[in-house]
Amino acid sequence: MTSIQTEPRSGSRSGVGASVPRPDGTLKVTGEFAYSSDLWLDGMLWGATLRSPHPSAWIRSIDIGPALAMPGVFAVLTHEDVPGEKFYGLEHRDQPVLAVDQVRYQGEPVALVAADHPETARRAAAAIIVAYEPREAVVDPRRAAFDPSCPPVHPHGNLVRHQPVRVGDRFQAEVVVTGEYEVGMQDQAFLGPESGLAVPAEDGGVDLFIATQWLHVDQDQVAPCLGLPKEKVRLSLAGVGGAFGAREDLSMQIHASMLALRTGRPVKIVYGREESFFGHVHRHPAWMRYEHGATADGRLVYVRAEILLDGGAYCSTSRAVVGNAASLGVGPYEVDNVRIDAYGVYTNNPPCGAMRGFGAVQACYAYESQMDRLAEACGLSPVEIRIRNAVSQGSRLATGQVVDSPAPLAGMLRELAAMPLPGSTVTRRSITEPSSAKPSSAEPVPDLRSLPGGVSQTTHGEGVRRGVGYGVGIKNICFSEGFDDYSTARVRVELLGGEPHVLVHTAAAEVGQGLITVKAQIARTELGIDKVTVAPADTSVGSAGSSSASRQSYVTGGAVKAACEAVRERLDSLRAGDPELGLVELLERFGPVEETREYRHRPTFPMDPVTGQGDSHTQLALCVHRAVVDVDVELGLVKVVELAAVQDVGRILNPVALEGQIHGGTAQGLGLALMEEIQVRDGRVLNPSFTDYLIPTILDMPPMRLSILENPDPHAPYGLRGAGEPPTLSSTPAVAAAVRAATGLELPRVPIRPEDIALAAPS
Amino acid sequence: MTSGDLSRRRFFAQAAVASVGMTVPMSVEPGAPEADGLVEVAFTVNGKGERLRVDPRITLLDALRERLELTGTKKGCDRGQCGACTVHVDGRRVLSCLTLVATMDGKRLTTIEGLAKGDRLHPVQQAFIDCDGFQCGFCTPGQIMSAVAVLREGHAKSDEEIREAMSGNICRCGAYPNIVEAVKQARS
Repeated sequence: MTSIQTEPRSGSRSGVGASVPRPDGTLKVTGEFAYSSDLWLDGMLWGATLRSPHPSAWIRSIDIGPALAMPGVFAVLTHEDVPGEKFYGLEHRDQPVLAVDQVRYQGEPVALVAADHPETARRAAAAIIVAYEPREAVVDPRRAAFDPSCPPVHPHGNLVRHQPVRVGDRFQAEVVVTGEYEVGMQDQAFLGPESGLAVPAEDGGVDLFIATQWLHVDQDQVAPCLGLPKEKVRLSLAGVGGAFGAREDLSMQIHASMLALRTGRPVKIVYGREESFFGHVHRHPAWMRYEHGATADGRLVYVRAEILLDGGAYCSTSRAVVGNAASLGVGPYEVDNVRIDAYGVYTNNPPCGAMRGFGAVQACYAYESQMDRLAEACGLSPVEIRIRNAVSQGSRLATGQVVDSPAPLAGMLRELAAMPLPGSTVTRRSITEPSSAKPSSAEPVPDLRSLPGGVSQTTHGEGVRRGVGYGVGIKNICFSEGFDDYSTARVRVELLGGEPHVLVHTAAAEVGQGLITVKAQIARTELGIDKVTVAPADTSVGSAGSSSASRQSYVTGGAVKAACEAVRERLDSLRAGDPELGLVELLERFGPVEETREYRHRPTFPMDPVTGQGDSHTQLALCVHRAVVDVDVELGLVKVVELAAVQDVGRILNPVALEGQIHGGTAQGLGLALMEEIQVRDGRVLNPSFTDYLIPTILDMPPMRLSILENPDPHAPYGLRGAGEPPTLSSTPAVAAAVRAATGLELPRVPIRPEDIALAAPS
Repeated sequence: MTSGDLSRRRFFAQAAVASVGMTVPMSVEPGAPEADGLVEVAFTVNGKGERLRVDPRITLLDALRERLELTGTKKGCDRGQCGACTVHVDGRRVLSCLTLVATMDGKRLTTIEGLAKGDRLHPVQQAFIDCDGFQCGFCTPGQIMSAVAVLREGHAKSDEEIREAMSGNICRCGAYPNIVEAVKQARS
């Protein structure tokens, strides 16, 4: 019945499984791809945001007069000008569009300006006079969580979520190791700053061109604040210069729309780098206390943990972050007795929310550090202790959820450990005396580029020590805990110039992960048609859900596959009377065929609020890393020599794009291990710039050795497993463990700073 | 093939014509006092002569992006920290965010828009596509401009040398291993 043209998996060389280049690649390498900051409309105005200098203060008055009086200024707005709801938020609408009588973090938006030039707008914002009455800022999350005398950041108190996990009752063991660990506040630091363009429409609505991770959840929040029905707030995805979680919350969407509606002119807002540090949420810093009990031969008996996550001034995604930290808090290990308490709290620190691997990243650093301590206490290797406790298909997690797809962790660890180790990379150059014919008899000097610190090295490498460390991570893929997680795809097959052509339309955000490539590959595979166009993402098609939680290949991929299957069925039924009919003739006779489908993954369930039990995740993904480092123990400098990884992705859709995801996730985990931290003192950010907030450069990122496994998940489209986040989890503890191995230091905090090594008391 | 045919910026510019009806970018200089407070500067960009009257405080980056509609050069930090704004001035790499356009008189500039010959990509551009040397692509114009200069400078003889010479360009997506591969491919 099925004709050759429309048979699935027709072996298209650009279908699923091929390293198809990115369809937007040519635009991106020629500078033609328009990011949100590149948008331009003639006659547009520029918006600027006045932000609070205080982490906590009452606002006694706001005088916009001096700003309004400036030539070129078209509007100055405060919370009084918000047309609809004054609060928004992803999980809980607790965040004011513009501060209402008080500010709760440094950088909170207080007022807006639209002017005919960005500099004019900036100066006008600075001319607004705000009378603040600073008050005590809540900056210690431990106090916010546990001290009843701590002032409440919000009227309903400082606890955002407390999620316990309780299973078993045997909390005694032969070997017990304890540890306290800290994770600093990491920033997503995407290179393309927050920006967007709001265009007032004739129907009284607004068209918003915006870099975001989820158009429809933006729409859900923007429309009520503008006092508009959703259909009058139309969003289109503008080019996204990286996301990593930071575009899950709103930034300037409502602000630009308010200014556009007020002035009747298009309004563009672009944050500068410093403002960007205040314009999005960060990764929750964490304080964690762990106790692991095991038998003398290294089998886990129990895990007890307290995990405290500082959510800062507003809720954002803190609840889900707490849920992940709790449900994945023991890592991918079998253990019968678990007592975890994970807390998320409000403080007057910068708001924290989604960042790649969220919740799971923080816990992973702590439980992996514990596994190394346990290995030492039991006299086992780091690899062996992990193998002895590794989950596999059929294992029961601490939440009672049974791992129901392949989870070959022990095998992954064996493969990783068997990979060859890099040799010494400290290369030496002989210096030949220019005045003498014979070479110098002195020891050759090392090539500085091969030493920790690179060409900034001030020694000859006398203090360099090698260390090797391992890390294992487990991440939930897709949204969890009962969330109705779905995506929508519209697929149309038609003749263009006499040739069959596929148009794939979804609202899913391409943020650099390569989703549009994968969508086109799926369409080619399912329909056997090579010519595929991916339409720009906008809200004229149903929600695709978020480009986060490593979920888009799974969920939007699943939706595209489902819509293609529906198109195929339609074509087959149209062909029913005449099986010999080719696709071109079919489309000629019946016209274009279009189908729209929603795709949902298996339902998940809430965690029990008292015991944490429940099938809260739909898919779990594993990644293991081995890090090899050279540490200059005198200078405190670390050079990561190699990172090796084994990851099971179920099914590879696009090998080259997948490798890129593993490289990128690994690099961000390396950054958290060694350099990335937003430093906050008394609620104030000390380092909002790329000079002081360090991101791994090409010199910091070592060569990678990858092994990618394909053990399919029978529940997922093509058997695939989400891949973007798991490497971010495991690379951090692997690097930290390697530095510990090189130095002998405990290093209970990431990022590990040079002074943590060089100034550490000898242990 | 796919959405590769669609330049959003051009797409958007066309949409702008439809909805607003103007096509020439405005060039308001804030607080520019009198005409004689401006400076005139003439240079070539991608082989085309340009003459601008500019506020002397305007950076080359802002002039390229907002006056000449060359938005391929990116503003990642505006402080010389990220490398996304790298362009060539008389064949040498400069950070356009740290360069005043008023100093460009008589100079020969190349931006990312000037590398391809019509539809034929520069070998470095092609190598970045072939090796998937980017993800979000925001740093890519700067990476490519750096890579072209690095190759011309002869600083791409080994992986170590490539890393050293490319270390002024941050890629937050972490596409570094593939960037090294792309530079190597373009070298050969």
